[in-house]
Amino acid sequence: MVMRFNYDLVVIGGGPAGLAAALEAENSGIENILLLERDKYLGGILQQCIHNGFGLEYFKEELTGPEYAGRFIERLKGSKIKVKTGTMVIKISKNKEVLALNREEGLLTIRAKAIVLAMGCRERTREAILIPGDRPAGIFTAGTAQRYVNIEGYMPGREVVILGSGDIGLIMARRMTLEGADVKAVLEIMSYSSGLVRNKVQCLDDFDIPLKLRHTITSINGKKRVESVIVSQVDDRLRPIPGTEEEIKCDTVLLSVGLIPENELTREIGIDLDGVTGGPVVNEVRETQVEGVFTCGNVLQVHDLVDFVTEEGEIAGRAVSKYLKGEREWRDQPVRLEPGKNVRYIVPHRIDYRDKDRKRIKLFMRVKEPGKDVKIKLRDGTGKVLLAYKREIVTPGEMVTVFLPEALIDENMSRIKISIEKEGR
Amino acid sequence: MKADIVIIGGGVTGSAIARELARYNLDIVLLEKEDDVAMGTSKANSGIIHAGYNADARTLKGKLNVKANPMFDKLAADLKVPFKRIGSLVIGFNEKDLQVLKREKENGERLGVRGLEIIQGERLFVIEPNLNPEAKYALYAPTAGIISTYEFTIALADNAVINGVKVLLETEVVDLVTEGSKVTGVKTNRGEIKTQVVINAAGLYSDKIAAMSGDDSINIRPRKGEYHLLDKNWGNFVNHVLFPIPSKVSKGILVTPTTHGNLLLGPNSHDVDERDDPATTASGLDEVYSGARKLVPGLSRSDVITSFSGLRAAAEDEDFIIGPSNRVRGLIHVAGIQSPGLTSAPAIAEMVVELVKETLGEVAPGKEIHLKEDFQETLPTPVIFNEEYETGNLDGWQKLVKENPDYGEMICRCERVTKGEIIRAIHRPVPARSLDAIKRRTRAGAGRCQGGFCGPRVVEILSKVLGISPLEVTKKGAGSEILKACSKELIRRAGDGDEI
Repeated sequence: MVMRFNYDLVVIGGGPAGLAAALEAENSGIENILLLERDKYLGGILQQCIHNGFGLEYFKEELTGPEYAGRFIERLKGSKIKVKTGTMVIKISKNKEVLALNREEGLLTIRAKAIVLAMGCRERTREAILIPGDRPAGIFTAGTAQRYVNIEGYMPGREVVILGSGDIGLIMARRMTLEGADVKAVLEIMSYSSGLVRNKVQCLDDFDIPLKLRHTITSINGKKRVESVIVSQVDDRLRPIPGTEEEIKCDTVLLSVGLIPENELTREIGIDLDGVTGGPVVNEVRETQVEGVFTCGNVLQVHDLVDFVTEEGEIAGRAVSKYLKGEREWRDQPVRLEPGKNVRYIVPHRIDYRDKDRKRIKLFMRVKEPGKDVKIKLRDGTGKVLLAYKREIVTPGEMVTVFLPEALIDENMSRIKISIEKEGR
Repeated sequence: MKADIVIIGGGVTGSAIARELARYNLDIVLLEKEDDVAMGTSKANSGIIHAGYNADARTLKGKLNVKANPMFDKLAADLKVPFKRIGSLVIGFNEKDLQVLKREKENGERLGVRGLEIIQGERLFVIEPNLNPEAKYALYAPTAGIISTYEFTIALADNAVINGVKVLLETEVVDLVTEGSKVTGVKTNRGEIKTQVVINAAGLYSDKIAAMSGDDSINIRPRKGEYHLLDKNWGNFVNHVLFPIPSKVSKGILVTPTTHGNLLLGPNSHDVDERDDPATTASGLDEVYSGARKLVPGLSRSDVITSFSGLRAAAEDEDFIIGPSNRVRGLIHVAGIQSPGLTSAPAIAEMVVELVKETLGEVAPGKEIHLKEDFQETLPTPVIFNEEYETGNLDGWQKLVKENPDYGEMICRCERVTKGEIIRAIHRPVPARSLDAIKRRTRAGAGRCQGGFCGPRVVEILSKVLGISPLEVTKKGAGSEILKACSKELIRRAGDGDEI
């Protein structure tokens, strides 16, 4: 027979988001918590990120991925939170019943009063960008290669071309180089790197690895194993320019072409996804349209800093507590947060609650285009500027955050539009 | 090594012939140059069981397709292969197209295809709501179906092995041995096999095999077809196999659900020079996508999870070539098997059995041939988590996990494949020894992340179960090893001043 359990809170995913949500929920007085993790260990992708640079915001010190995860796993050991690793969630129903599978118990169903979705994201594949050519061995997403090198202890290649200058691509360019591989180039279809500036400097520039902007792979060659790639320049509409083809010999292609929030379970519950973020539509406490189902971290929006993931997990954890204790006060109408000029998306999507204890709400957003010396303007429904922030540089690769003071949120307000504009002359 | 019969080629044709011949008291060896069966044309095609209205009644294609189509219900049930008779629609947009549809219908009726009907007007959109609104007519063929083509081929080969056929993988024929004008053996990269009957089911290489005996009557012209495969959330977007109006050499770029609930678009059709060049091209895939959009405009390319191409082994006059070589005795050609070759395979196999009996009568007159009494018609029911889950048999799975915890360990998240299923695939009669072979048998790595998460895990399982180093695990046979070195090995060697 299928085993049955009851919990107040079930957290799906034991990466940084899930760990933070579970710990913060317990801190806020929730007792009966279960954390489910599909891998054999907690910590999620942090465990394969053995480089440093984690925790500068949250801990004010520089940690490696496993160290950062370790801090939370240690706290977990001192808590009453139940953990099941090696446990894959198969389905979550609308009435918050979770079906999962593991070696020890087989199939189990868990009835939960609240759920936090923290499944993280997956990497976009070759197909997401439609690279034609052969289908040999030697094509990996950067994260898969990272797992082979850092967890399994194997090198997936010797002569490497990396497509995409996302953070994992940049980190892997350095990692493969340090392991003795020859990274021939990092290609980026856009005219700017999509990774953090510090990663470009520390991972490429310091190792003399060329970054070819406005370039992409137009064919992969090799019957059994990758033998070479054809690289082309692209025009303003990102189309390969005929005549610019160049063949680069290599045995391995690493792809760092974006991350997709992993929301298959979410979709099955019947929760709407935002077409831009790929994550659920949420209010300021990270609650989805299904009451009692919360979400945080990369399954909601792909972050560049784990510190923000932790912060978001804690928001969700506190919100679960308020929900379960019935300590919430709804606004008469929600405030919708609308992306305006040069804003790709804003999380949260709306503000649902009144909260006297809350001083401000942190808004996360990404820009469409890089910009210099800009103003982030928050306008109400009438077009009146409520607040403006200055930024020297904004770029799609780095999340922009601003604070919305609680005092500015009027009871009658129904929307706030955010635009990022060039400063007037 | 000695055998009564040697079959060259482990595609659907060779595998179907092997299974059919295994009913008899014969020593049969099937040779396949790749690391698995179904590695050529049988791996990358549309997976359609055609109704059979299309081909000329005078051709082998015409006769065998119609004969084989009804055989699939029993075959699929016996071999536990996913098969659905969902019917097909050839879509017409104008009066001229209607004339073509009428001609096809008449041709089909002459061949004995049942249930053909021309559908028009509103009814078309009732049964196919996402069809191009400009469509006016369709030829409906209720007997058309979809099958997983590589799973069918693997099941045929598995069943052949259970019934005594030896399947030798990574065994490439390098020469045919003849004495006088008679076949006496086959030389392979692993040694010689003495035999008096050789069946040439070598697909794209069937002319090369023929030429080894001095028979230059076959000329294969590879014809490439490219495909897009869409995510499972598109599997219900169409309900039938949708064809455009056919051209002279191809049934055109179709749109069809697959047996696993994905949506398949393709193939285009281009003659190529190379037989081993399954590379896709940007222009070819654009052609496939725009062709498919003519039938179903609401498609989205952002949900393509993989693209691939296959090569059709087209013979010069476009029909199948099935019969004894006119050069050497003991050699039977089964060549030029392109569409509807998958559909025709069971009928081809029956035809070849008769040819083998005749040939044996000539070359080995003393040999007495009879049906074996212990022939196993069926394969055991496979263990598939996703199916038990979808049908609600949770308690059944629970029992399985208690007996073997490997069935409780999920390896492929996207397609929900457990470790137990993967280990089982490694132990099948035709064993899975590479990542792709595991994928074809279990679907691990066939989903939306394309093996990003489960790849390293499957490598580990293969290495443990096969007792080899992870460095020896391949994607698809020798030369396609996944990993290059242990970490630190490259840097250590560089430190020694060795070349990397």
